[in-house]
Formats: sequence, C-alpha cells, structure tokens
Amino acid sequence: MVRFENVGLRYGMGPEILKDLSFTIAPQSFQFLTGPSGAGKTTLLRLILLSLKPTRGLISLFGSDVSQIAPDALTAVRRRMGVVFQDFRLLDHLTTFENVALPLRVQGQEEARYRSEVIELLRWVGLGDKIDAIPPVLSGGEKQRAAIARALIAKPDLLLADEPTGNVDPSMAQRLLRLFVEMNRMGTAVVIATHDIALMNQFDDARRLVLGDGRLHVYD
Amino acid sequence: MSMTDPQHTNPVWTGRLTQWRTSMLTRCRDAGAWCVALIKGPSNTLPLVPSENIAGRALVTVIAIMTFLAALTAVSAQMIASAATDWQTSVATEMTIQVRPVPGRNIDQDVSRIVSLASSFKGIREVKPYSKQESEKLLEPWLGSGLSFDVLPIPRLIVLKIEDGSLVDSAGLRKAITDQWRHATLDDHRVWIARLAAMARSVVAVAVALVGLVMVATALAVAFATRGAMAGNRSIMEALHFVGATDAFIAREFERHFLILGLKGGALGGCLALVFFGAAHLFASTWLGSPGGEQMETLFGSFAIGYSGYLAVVMVAIVVAFLTALVSRITVTRTLGTLT
Ligand SMILES: Nc1ncnc2c1ncn2[C@@H]1O[C@H](COP(=O)(O)OP(=O)(O)O)[C@@H](O)[C@H]1O
Ligand SMILES: [Mg+2]
Repeated sequence: MVRFENVGLRYGMGPEILKDLSFTIAPQSFQFLTGPSGAGKTTLLRLILLSLKPTRGLISLFGSDVSQIAPDALTAVRRRMGVVFQDFRLLDHLTTFENVALPLRVQGQEEARYRSEVIELLRWVGLGDKIDAIPPVLSGGEKQRAAIARALIAKPDLLLADEPTGNVDPSMAQRLLRLFVEMNRMGTAVVIATHDIALMNQFDDARRLVLGDGRLHVYD
Repeated sequence: MSMTDPQHTNPVWTGRLTQWRTSMLTRCRDAGAWCVALIKGPSNTLPLVPSENIAGRALVTVIAIMTFLAALTAVSAQMIASAATDWQTSVATEMTIQVRPVPGRNIDQDVSRIVSLASSFKGIREVKPYSKQESEKLLEPWLGSGLSFDVLPIPRLIVLKIEDGSLVDSAGLRKAITDQWRHATLDDHRVWIARLAAMARSVVAVAVALVGLVMVATALAVAFATRGAMAGNRSIMEALHFVGATDAFIAREFERHFLILGLKGGALGGCLALVFFGAAHLFASTWLGSPGGEQMETLFGSFAIGYSGYLAVVMVAIVVAFLTALVSRITVTRTLGTLT
C-alpha cells in the first residue's frame, strides 16, 4: 500500500532530516510511528500525503510510483487517504457538521444522503452537542475529535494521524484509539504518529516504526 | 405606407420573429438558472470560501465604482449618438436654395421659377420660399429692426422639404439650378451631416475604448484580489486539497465567491448610475423653459435615458459581474497549477 525505498529528505539546503528510509505499510495494518519531538514524524507523514517530494529515493502509493502520478490523478489518490493534522486544519467559518462532512461534499454527495452518518460519527467522538458550533468556540480536544471524525467519515483505505491524542485526557485518548482500532478492523490501514509511550503500551502488539537520528527502525 | 410595413405584416416574418423571441427567452432562462446554480452551489448551506471580510468589501466598492463609470460612459455615448441621429434626420429632411440678388434681375421672378423647377423634382414634398419680409425678419436679430433693408442686397431662401424615406437627386437639382441661375446655390447639408456622423462615430469609439479600459482595470483589480484571497485562505485551500477536493472544485468555490462580490458591486454601481441619470433627468426637466434648459435639451434630448439606456446599465453591471467570476476562475486555476 505504501512503499519507501532509500528515501531521503532535506528542507531546502538544510541537513538531511530523513535518511535512507525503506519500509512498507501493508493494507489493513495497524502501526505507531514514534520518536522524540523533531525526529521527523510529521515530515514522514507529509511525504506519504504527497505534500512533500522526497529529495531522493522512491515512494510508491497504492502500487504506483508517486513521481509518475499525473496531476489530475492526485485527487483520486488523496481521496483514498484520511488525515488528522497536528494543527487540525478545520475551516473556521464552517460548523463542526460541515467540517466533518467536507470529504463527502467535495466528492459531490448530497447532504440528505450523508447527514445521519455524519451525526452518528459526531456522537461517537463525543461531539453530539457541538454539531452546529464553529471551530473557534471548540476546545483543543473537541477540535481534535472533529479533525479525527473528518478523517474517518469517507472510510479511507489509509488513515494517517499526527499526534491525534495530544490534546485530550487519557480516557478520551483511549476512546479515540478504540475508534482507530475499529476502523482498522473494518479494513483501513492506520498509521498513528505519537510520542505518547503510555498510549502505545496499551497496544503492545501493534507494529512500531521508530524514528531516531533520521533513520527508521521497525519493530514488528 | 412606410418601407418596413410589409415585413411586419408578412406571416413568415412574424413566425420567425416569434420563434427567435422564444429561443432568446429560453436562452435567458437557462443563463439565469446557471447563474442561480453557481451562486447556490451544490446543495450547500455555506460557501467554502468565507464571504465576509474587509478585502471583499473593498473589492465590492471598486467593482461598484468601475460599473458606475462604465455605465456612465456607455449611456452618455448612447445619448450623444442618438441625439446626433436626431439632428441628422431632421437636417436630412431639408435642403435650402439661396438666391443672391444681382443687379438687373428680378429676384422675385427668379425665385418663383426656381420654386416651380424644384417642385418638379421627385421626392420633394414641399417648397417654401421665404418672402422678402420673411428674409428680413430672419436677419433682424443680427441687424436690429428699424433698419431699411432696401439698400442691402439680401439673399432669398427657399426651403425644400423632402418626403420621408425618399432620395432626392440633389446633384441633378443643383446642376439644373446653377445652369440657369449662376447666382443661386443649393445646400443639401451634406457636409453637416457627414460631420455629425463622424462626430457621433468618434464619440462612440471613444466610449467603447473607455468602457474597455474600465473593464481591464476591473479585471486587474479582481485578479489581484483573487491572489490576495488565495494567499489569505491558503490553509483552507490546503485543507480542501487534503480532504480530496479537485482543483476544479476549489476554482469553482472561488469563482462563486467572486461572482457574488461581482454581482453585489455591479448592482450597486448600476443603481448609482440609474440614480445619477434619474437626478440629471429631474434637473433637466426643472430647467426646461429657461433658455439654458432649452439649449441642453436641443443638444442632449431631455436626459431621459429610455429603455436602451436602462438596458445598457444592466448589461454593464452583468458583464462586470461575470468578468469578475471569469477572471477569478482563471487566476485560481493558474495559481493552483503552479502550486502542484
Ligand atoms: N517546513 C520546514 N522547513 C524547514 N525545516 C522543517 C520544516 N518542517 C519541519 N522542519 C524540521 O524538520 C525536523 C523534523 O520536524 P517534524 O517532522 O515536524 O518532527 P516531529 O513531527 O517528529 O516532531 C525538525 O528539525 C524541524 O525543525
Ligand atoms: Mg510533528
């Protein structure tokens, strides 16, 4: 599903932040991406998201080399991925409902078709009473849950979450994690970037990708 | 019976006219529906690009001013052109013959002979010679009354009225007159008409150029505003990209946003122009009766802009609104193209 071969990345003329990364992410797999702050977790996720180009090496997504994907085909690739950004990136002038429904709306679906589905998911993440609130009046944790719901709503093949439990209390973190596991059971490959050791320890058997000094160590 | 009558009563023509009217109506309705769909968007409750901000209001103001200026230019040109046409038609329905007195000739006899000659020409409806007294009266404002005109060699005028829609062989008439009376001249006002036509044409050309310039300025302002809006909404565009929006979808959102701004600005500017012309018309009617007012009326008509004037204002506003949408779409598509 995702395949890196000797991938290296530097920002501009700076030092190489990721060196010689080679790994794969299998369909329907579940893994944590971890490492100290500044290790390059976000950078690695951006490479998978096609928002950064590698300085060297080869990345392939869903079986095709990303440097060969035509610009008009990029959208189709992006629609197979769901993302939770560290800084959420919710649209401030849209309600929680509209933000979460966005992936369906940009696909041209009618609101009548997805309304109940969106509301159900919002209830699941504990935002049932914030459906018509706009992000500026939500707490950090509520925004985070809205961002997660938005990433999940279109049932992507691959889910990338950047520190998705960074702003919530431990019990909510556990609840959200269960949501990710549920999604994974239904067939979505999940990558969760986190430096929260306690969280990872609750899922001892999950695969771990550990970044350190620009290199990646995989613990299956 | 005028020349256009047969066309209007001809059933084939009437049928075609009705057909054309129906197809134009359908087209207008389709355009309207497209416009409404573009503004409403696909079953949306809120636009994806935030609509209320200071930059948006500034752009609406700029568009309103541009629309106002363009409408003003277009309607003024239209008024001048139609006034020129009025003068032309009234001037073109008359010709004058001037007979200069020469010693040893009976001018009254010459005039009556010329009158009968001119009357025999095809297309001349009426021939009206000015008598000696009438000619003197024409001169009075310049020379004052109480002067004895007997000592002055006053030329005599003969005014020829032309039948509506007829072409008079003025060259033939001129030749026939000057062959017999070397002291008579025919003035068919051709030079005047040519000058008027040239003036009307150049006024229209200048107006078209001005409207074009205003449109270009509007387009540039919109292009810069679009770039600004894109820079300001970069995070929104990125988010839209990541949730799977196509470039076309994003461009459409921006286009809708700017079409709404364009329609607001266009409507505002158009209303301003209409208010302006309404006020001008009001002033013109209050002046009427005063000599200045009469002169203005002779020059420009009564400042009533009429159906074609209203139509021009509405057209300018609509063109400005769609130009705004188009330019923003092009700008967004280009900028998105350079991003990826
Ligand atoms: N846009 C950028 N330009 C330059 N350097 C960057 C940029 N983004 C991140 N970095 C640098 O890359 C390194 C890795 O950052 P990041 O991937 O955000 O780490 P993490 O998410 O693991 O905390 C950091 O040293 C950071 O300063
Ligand atoms: Mg990070």
